[in-house]
Formats: sequence, structure tokens, C-alpha cells
Amino acid sequence: MTENTVISIQGLTKSFGDHEVLKGINIDVNRGEVVSIIGSSGSGKSTMLRCINLLETPTSGDILFDGNSILSHDFDIKKYRAKVGMVFQSFNLFNNMNVLKNCSIGPRTVLGVKKDEAEALAEKYLSMVGMSSYINARPAQLSGGQKQRVAIARALAMKPEALLFDEPTSALDPEMVGEVLSVMSDLAKSGLTMVVVTHEMGFAKDISSRVIFMDDGVIAEEGSPEQIFSSPKEARTKEFLTRVLSK
Amino acid sequence: MFFQNIWDIITKYYPDFLKGVGVTVLLAITGTLFGLIIGLLIGVFRTLPKAKGKTAGVFQKIADYILVAYIEVFRGTPMMVQAMVIYYGYAAMTSGQTLPVIPSAIIIVSINTGAYMAEIVRGGILSIDKGQFEGAEAIGMSHWQMMTKVIIPQVLRNILPSVGNEFVINIKDTSVLSVIYVSELFFMGKNAAADNYLTLETYVVVSVIYLILTLTSTRILRLLEKKLNGKEHYTICGSQSNPDANIVVNTKEEIPND
Repeated sequence: MTENTVISIQGLTKSFGDHEVLKGINIDVNRGEVVSIIGSSGSGKSTMLRCINLLETPTSGDILFDGNSILSHDFDIKKYRAKVGMVFQSFNLFNNMNVLKNCSIGPRTVLGVKKDEAEALAEKYLSMVGMSSYINARPAQLSGGQKQRVAIARALAMKPEALLFDEPTSALDPEMVGEVLSVMSDLAKSGLTMVVVTHEMGFAKDISSRVIFMDDGVIAEEGSPEQIFSSPKEARTKEFLTRVLSK
Repeated sequence: MFFQNIWDIITKYYPDFLKGVGVTVLLAITGTLFGLIIGLLIGVFRTLPKAKGKTAGVFQKIADYILVAYIEVFRGTPMMVQAMVIYYGYAAMTSGQTLPVIPSAIIIVSINTGAYMAEIVRGGILSIDKGQFEGAEAIGMSHWQMMTKVIIPQVLRNILPSVGNEFVINIKDTSVLSVIYVSELFFMGKNAAADNYLTLETYVVVSVIYLILTLTSTRILRLLEKKLNGKEHYTICGSQSNPDANIVVNTKEEIPND
């Protein structure tokens, strides 16, 4: 852990009943880093990410944000969640609001920003993801890729210190994946701290600054994208990569 | 003869019947509305995450038991009996003072309806996708903000048919409040029948009035439902295969901002 560490995961475990999903995870995420987490289904990637945002309560271990334990009793979880945004596989846009309101409700209710300012903020990020002409549409009227771009704008409107992506392209039709990934790579270049659970090896390889390969609840290997993709040390990393890249 | 009698009853008693209709509709509307508010508050409370602290946890548990008891008692006993117990119970506690009849009636209908609404709201909350909760939690909303801004608006839309059902039931069931002398429609009918001895004819008129009330309400509720559901067909913005397609079908006027 250094001064530059935003999120520090220390010895994190998580069990659902008897089933131990995470078996001691240690990760430090530094400011401006884009960390991709890869691994087969059931390896615990998403559970790990959901623990960071406390959508799942860790069984043991600790998670530090800017040096403070997010699990301590006096930690303000709501404030923390406002600072660490989350983008979901299933978008989770608010169905009862149009696109503009989806993105302005967070700043308005959670950050207490005035209506005009919140809407200006929302419009700014909606135009960044190329959705500014859809501000009056309802989520049900949008395609998957459009929904996900709105969801990213919604998270950005909170001006987060870090963004967590939980398989953001897994629920999309293949032709929609590109538009979302291009938004994400723009964000990565802008210096936003990102933790991305993904099945998109292209993204992990080209955009991220570090790749973590998870297998069966542990970190099997981590390193730079070049190292993981061109000369993986572990046999299971090799096996996983040949399996997914040959598709 | 029969129809002549009916006509006479209508012309003679219509001011009373109208007053009765007024009270019945007032009780049905306020009772359903307050009942819904009770149901929603219980729904918000019961979906609270488990309290962290120990004392808070105990209080939460106790409150939960009280709510369950409330729902079971008021769903498990007839409203007529509840009316008697509450009305005369109040009188007994205050040594003879009685509550004014209309406020008592509103209270009784509201808490009775509230017990049913609590279950309707619970079902409505269960029908909302988990992702809606997580989306709200993930941007840092409090439980209250999440419920009032995101969940309850969607719940209301889903439970509207059941709420309408409760309203229609209340129009009819407020007739039992005649036992505490609430001057609603049935009470007025009873008085008229006692006055003219034309029992059958009077109650035929009363039942037709009830039918008119319930039929009108169901029609109005259907309209409201349709309006909340929006247009029958959604137009997908842009094209599925071409994300750059920029067909904006909705102008600001067509979709309300809120």
C-alpha cells in the first residue's frame, strides 16, 4: 500500500453458507490505474467487486478506501458509495425515470446539488457517452448498449474517485459491445481509476494498466497486460487464455 | 305498482341518498388513501436492512412483531366488529365521551384497509427487480431516498389494480359502519325503509346506487391505469444494429420529465 492507493483489499474472504467464494484476496488499486479482472465464471470476480461496493458483506478481511476501513462501524457507507461508482451487467437504470433524471437524481438526492446544476452535470456526461439526444427517453426505449452508456453517465455524474464495472458488456448483443468499450477506453485515458471485471480480453489487453487473473476464489496471477497475455507464468492462466482467445 | 313505489322513493328520499353517497364516497376515498399510506410506510419499514447496533436490532424486531400483529388482527376480524370495539372502547376509556362519528369511521376504515394494503405493498415491492435496489444503493442513496424516488413509484404502478380493488371493496364495506350510526348510503336506506315500510323497493334503489358507484370507480381506475402505463407501444430510439442512428422519437412535451 502506498500513498497513491485508493482501494486496498486485504485478505478478503466471502462465503455463502458453506461455500467459500473468495479465499483471501489482496489487491491494491492505485489512483489512475485501470485494473482488469479476468477469469472463468464462478471464480469470484463479481463477488469480489460487489464486496468493494458493500453490495455483499465480506466474511473476513478488510477493505480500505483512502486508508480508512470501509467495514468499521462509524464509516459512512453512503458517502463512500457516492465516491466509488458502480456499473452493472444488467444496467439497473431506474425504470421510472427518463435518461436525464436517471443521471441527475444521484447528484440531486445524494450530493445535494441544485436541480439545474445536476441536470447540467447529467447532460455533460450524457454527451460524453454520446447519449445527449436521448435525454427524454425512458430506459425501456433504449437498446442495451445505449442503456449501458447511460448507466456509465449516471455513475460519472457523481464525480466518483473510482468506478467499478461488473461485466459491463456481458449482457449486450455483440454489435453493441464496441460502443460501450469505446466509452470505457476514453474514460481510462482520462485518468479515471477503474476496476473492471470483464470477459473482453481485447479491453483487458489494450486498455488496462494491470490484469488480475482469478481462479477458484484466489488471485492466480497478476501483472501487466503484456506479461499476462504473452508470457503467463501459471499453467491455469495459460489454459484459461487459450480457451477464451481461441473462441 | 312496484315501479311507481321505486319512483316515489327516489323522488322523496333523494336528498338523503345523495348525502349517504357523499359519506360513502368520502369514507372510501379517505380510507383507501390513508390505508395506502399506512401500507407504504409499513412496506418501507419492513424492507429496512437489518439494524447494525444491538439495541436498534431489538427495537426493529419488536416493531416487526407489532406490525405483524396489527396486520393479522385487522385482517382476521370483521370490520363491523372492529368498529364496535374501537367506537365503544374509546367511549369506555373516556368514561362516556364518544368520538365524532365521521372521524371514527375514517380511522376504522383506514386502519382496516392499511392491514390489507401492507400485504399488497409487500407484494408490489417483491415484484421490483433487485437491480433497481442495487442501482440506487450503488450511488449512495439512503433507504428512504431509494424507496421514495425509485422503488415506491414503480410499486404504485404495479399495485394500482389491487388498490382499485380495495377502493371498490371499501365503497361496499363501509355499509357495516351503520352499526355506529355513520350516515352512509346503507344507513340512509335503512332509515328510509323504516319510514315507508317499502323495504324491498328501498333496498333495490340502494343497491342500484351502489352499483353505479362501483361501476363508475372501476371505469375511472382503468383509465388511470392506462394513463400510468403510457403508450401501448414503445418506440426504440435509434437502431438496434446501428448505434449511431439518431432517431429521437420523443420530444420534451410527450414524456413528462418527472
